[in-house]
Amino acid sequence: MAKSDKAGISMLSRRRLLFLGATGLVMVPGIRMALARAPTENRVVVVVLRGALDGLAAVPPYGDKDYAAQRGSLAFAPPGEAGGCLDLDGHFGLHPALSDLLPLWQARELAVIHAAATSYRDRSHFEGQDLLETGGTAHALADGWLNRALTAMPGDGRALGLAVGPATPLILRGPARTGSYEPQQIIAPASPDFLNRLADLYRSDPLFHRALAEGLQAQALTDEVMGNPGGKPLPGAQYLIAAAAGVGRLLADPRGPRVAVLEAPGWDTHVNQGLDKGVLAVALKGLGQSLAALKQALGPAWQRTTVIAVTEFGRTVAVNGTGGTDHGTGTIALLLGGKVAGGRVIADWPGLATGKLYQGRDLAPTFDLRAALKTLCRHQLEIDAATVENRIFPDSRHAAAQPGLLRA
Amino acid sequence: MALPVSAFIAANRFGLGAAPGELAAASIDPKAWLKSQLAAPPETPVAFDGLSDSADVLVEQISKRPVAKVLRVQPGFMDSGAKLGPAMLGSPKSGAGATGSVMPQLAKPRPAMAAALPPSVIEYQRYVKEAEARILAQVQSRQPLRERLVAFWSNHFTVSIARGTVAGLVGAFEREAIRPYVTGRFHDLLLAVVRHPAMLIYLDNAGSTGPHSPLGLRRGVGLNENLARELLELHTLGVDGGYTQSDVTQFARILTGWSYANPQEKNAGGFAFRPVRHEPGVKIFLGYRFAEGGEREGLDAIALLARHPSTARHIARQFAAHFIADDPPPAVVDRFAQLFQQTDGDLMALTQAAIDAPEAWDRPLSKVKSPNEFVVASLRATAAPLSNPQEIGAALGALKGLGQMPFSALSPAGWPDRADGWIGPDAVMERADFAAALARRMRGRLAPARLLETSVGPVASPALARALSHAASVEDANALILASAEFQRR
Repeated sequence: MAKSDKAGISMLSRRRLLFLGATGLVMVPGIRMALARAPTENRVVVVVLRGALDGLAAVPPYGDKDYAAQRGSLAFAPPGEAGGCLDLDGHFGLHPALSDLLPLWQARELAVIHAAATSYRDRSHFEGQDLLETGGTAHALADGWLNRALTAMPGDGRALGLAVGPATPLILRGPARTGSYEPQQIIAPASPDFLNRLADLYRSDPLFHRALAEGLQAQALTDEVMGNPGGKPLPGAQYLIAAAAGVGRLLADPRGPRVAVLEAPGWDTHVNQGLDKGVLAVALKGLGQSLAALKQALGPAWQRTTVIAVTEFGRTVAVNGTGGTDHGTGTIALLLGGKVAGGRVIADWPGLATGKLYQGRDLAPTFDLRAALKTLCRHQLEIDAATVENRIFPDSRHAAAQPGLLRA
Repeated sequence: MALPVSAFIAANRFGLGAAPGELAAASIDPKAWLKSQLAAPPETPVAFDGLSDSADVLVEQISKRPVAKVLRVQPGFMDSGAKLGPAMLGSPKSGAGATGSVMPQLAKPRPAMAAALPPSVIEYQRYVKEAEARILAQVQSRQPLRERLVAFWSNHFTVSIARGTVAGLVGAFEREAIRPYVTGRFHDLLLAVVRHPAMLIYLDNAGSTGPHSPLGLRRGVGLNENLARELLELHTLGVDGGYTQSDVTQFARILTGWSYANPQEKNAGGFAFRPVRHEPGVKIFLGYRFAEGGEREGLDAIALLARHPSTARHIARQFAAHFIADDPPPAVVDRFAQLFQQTDGDLMALTQAAIDAPEAWDRPLSKVKSPNEFVVASLRATAAPLSNPQEIGAALGALKGLGQMPFSALSPAGWPDRADGWIGPDAVMERADFAAALARRMRGRLAPARLLETSVGPVASPALARALSHAASVEDANALILASAEFQRR
């Protein structure tokens, strides 16, 4: 809508990015933009892998003496053998479908945290994701930790957080305003004039008013940054890749957001999980390609970006009765970016001998994921320690931020 | 004519949005209008004519599996629902294409669990027909409360095309396992759901095998606890309902053998208990001792769950969240839970209690219509004829655009039932787009004054009336009505 030519606008297929730019946008009554300090130049991307990623499949500990026996038909052969995994460090390997991440590993821009878990020790997806996203230890927290982090960051009035798709995930819900970006447009857009009148009409309904006001203010910047997009529906992996590329370009723009969330479904591999082929391989391939697309789209901003990919919990060490794995505990997190002290697997490895497993069935967790998330808040988003400890991740002092995860 | 707010609530909170004339009919006695829908014999939607039963679909699917595959995995493959992969549903060629560009597009990705296997093209086409019939049934229903109950329970017991292997079964599942039971006993509904092949496949129970069962011993296969866990967590007790990991595992052992019948067998394509997969021995579940009893164990466990106080509480909370408020007053939840317990899960009584709850008639209207509810209410309000494939296709496309294609929730938890799960900057703009597009399609056929009166009349704000008087065109005015916050609430 920055381009005020009506005919031109009607030709635009809107591809939505709804964060608030600082200047030059349509002003909507009721929203005041405070001009304050410019936000950090560092970027954080959180990739939420919903459904419980099997960390033992993504980063197989092929050097563990019990690995092959415990994993049975889902054990990878060692690197170099037929159907073998890729090698990382002589002990841990990488799922062949994640080959798109090998260049990052070699450039020391990828670190793997293994045997990691949140504070959650039951096995419900929905509770597990809630705790991953609220950063809490119980259901006491109603908003997302990333939103609480945003409230602690200096800003100039724009929404610094960005989600993909029409619904805001819990991790980004809360008092800080956030935007959303939709990589595909299916319904023909209404006219800007209509939307402006609707915004006026919504004034008596705060929920609708706020949502639309933010949408309108962001529209112009969307069109400007993203150009004039097409709008064809995208299949699953293609959607994630397109979303990652779009998010990368928006984060790269100096006027854009600083924090973004990508959500990737499809990790609940109860049946026929497969090795180098199968449902998990397909999902991992899409993930690897998406992360590569994100790096490429970020351009030079990659040097100031840290990406973390996390999941609610891991899966059973043993194969279940249907060629898959059931809900477990310890798993991996991936840390990527120009500032990551990478090229290593960070693990206090608990081992896979039966006596070492959590409740006799799961990879025992030895790394509290909150330590990594707090590191991002503290050392990447530059939020002071007291706020991180007290407001963003309460009750987590034992899981201290680890500055060594990032390069000085 | 000024109609009471209660008419709007009856038609929107309890119904599916007012079709022309419905507000007037409801205004005389809104509660009686709703209860008369429950008392009348359930209508059978015309839109369902010609749709297939799940048994027929399943038999056809199994029969179409490529011969080579059948030979390779025999013996025993015929009793494994888990092996029903997409590559086996069509010809090998169409199966392979199912992951490529020829695949019709699924709903957009959402927070999700199920490892997604794309359905074959033929199953997807069957699904599209079912989805269209579902929209038509909702738009054309003259018992919208009943239709809402179907949608509510269908969401509670989600079976979704996110697992491609059930894409051809999702519509039949709702018709066979949900629709006949929504005003009956919860126990009967639960049992119908758990015994339906679509659920047994969707949550992996068909292939779950007792490690000490004859088949388990012979082939070294074992348990899959997916169905057992979601039954406890989502369908009955609720996540805080007081069960342990051991209960999940024990319940999974109890349910081993619950599967479906193959084409040559009795009850082909329907439920079958397979002793060859059943885990022998005693199970201790929720503190009760289940002696070895084959299929009986599962029936007893389900009866226990249906009458468990945690189930009463869990269902009461979800029902109240749907009909009263996203965060319903605890007193209402208590009342519903007590009634559920006292009536042995009588869903007719529960529905009547919701109608009689004073809290359900309070303003402001805090519930927001889901995308499906919003689109259906818009089509009902505009009396959209939906008489040709293009119009139905447009309705389905709208649901795709708004992220809620029927039967496509990506997790067994189903769709959100909260405003903040649906309303964000992007969603509000997409809804405005839909309203504008629909109004354009309706041009000339609809007078704004009449649309206003028959849809949001009782709750329309003065600002809406003012905005309409300044609207540049008929389409514009109609679009404003449909996109108004009043219209989008229930």
